[in-house]
Amino acid sequence: MSEIPINPYTSPTVILELIYRLKIKDVMCSHLVTASSDTSLREIQKMMRDSKITGVPIVRGNRLIGLISVDDIINALDKGYIEDKAEEHMSRNLIVLEDDMPVSFAIRYFDRFSFHRFPVLNKQKELVGMITSRDISSSLLLEMNREMEQLEKHSNISNGLKNNLNDEIYTYTIMKNDFENAGYASTQIKKKLKASGIAPHIIRRAAIASYELEMNMVVHSNGGELIAEYSNDKLVITARDTGPGIPDIQKALTPGWSTANEWIRSLGFGAGMGLPNTKNCSDAFTIESSEKGTLVCSTIYLHPQEEKTNENQ
Amino acid sequence: MNNGDEELKNAYTGDLLSDVMGNAPSDSVLITIQAHKNTVAVASLAGIKAIIICNNRSVPVDMQSAARDEGISIFTTNESQFYASYTVATLLGKVDAHKD
Repeated sequence: MSEIPINPYTSPTVILELIYRLKIKDVMCSHLVTASSDTSLREIQKMMRDSKITGVPIVRGNRLIGLISVDDIINALDKGYIEDKAEEHMSRNLIVLEDDMPVSFAIRYFDRFSFHRFPVLNKQKELVGMITSRDISSSLLLEMNREMEQLEKHSNISNGLKNNLNDEIYTYTIMKNDFENAGYASTQIKKKLKASGIAPHIIRRAAIASYELEMNMVVHSNGGELIAEYSNDKLVITARDTGPGIPDIQKALTPGWSTANEWIRSLGFGAGMGLPNTKNCSDAFTIESSEKGTLVCSTIYLHPQEEKTNENQ
Repeated sequence: MNNGDEELKNAYTGDLLSDVMGNAPSDSVLITIQAHKNTVAVASLAGIKAIIICNNRSVPVDMQSAARDEGISIFTTNESQFYASYTVATLLGKVDAHKD
């Protein structure tokens, strides 16, 4: 089984570009814990424990001459030679990587060889770091995170520029007491916004505003229309009905105030939250009313920079 | 029922649908006795993924099909909303379940 499941021939372009762009020196651990050839294996074991590493390079000055791994320590403990010097048991034929090589080389090495770590040398053959598969994984995750952020930022901008939402108007007929179909208009609005890639929290506000206005017409009015006007930067929801009108608009805007009858309340409506909810969800809100009918206009801005913070109103 | 695989992190208990619309967190389960189709509409618009109908109320067929269309799971229980809320809260890890 491969340590790092990235195939340098078939992985996505973004990943391939990453593993060829990143160099081993960008990814390796350059904080080195080393030992000399006459250090005892017991001391090396302690170094591993203290630094939480599984391999200690044995050096003479800057030059790598061997490596002791945790496997070597286990053997030493098992066979009773833990007090021996490193030079008596260290691996000498070492596979190493160069710091200028791309990370793809390291990935290939981890696939091909069974070692868990490789020493890294510079062009002057001096030891400059160690690389483990975990170093590669964390760096890749970090870089991929960065790439994704860039991609998401660009796709958000281009969604707005792409005019997914051309100037369109949809009109829905709302009938009095039509609980069967109540919510249909709001669901259509939500679907269209979702298909246009609008941010979820903005969709939710639009859904709440349109639903409350729709239900108000079903519950309280003689019937009317819900109109959704889409444009590049905003959605304007207009609820226009044919009566009977709201006698006291200020009262109607007060949370908890409702004129719903018992039957309506038994269905869970009539909490008196409809207009307050709509207003709270809107970036702009107007209402006017007479016996001839009521007109409510709610505007939702569709792109985050233009949102008003409405929460504490 | 949707595939039922989603993990929910939150819940809301309420019967006043406007209150639920305005206050329920998304990706949550709604604990209610409002066993009718409009509850599904509210759930769908508020991002609620599951509904628990309490007090042994029956779920009408049109509510079931609406829920199927919207991908919202419906659960029923004989228990009250108080008991259902407590059980869900414990399952969500929001309450220490003391054994007396």
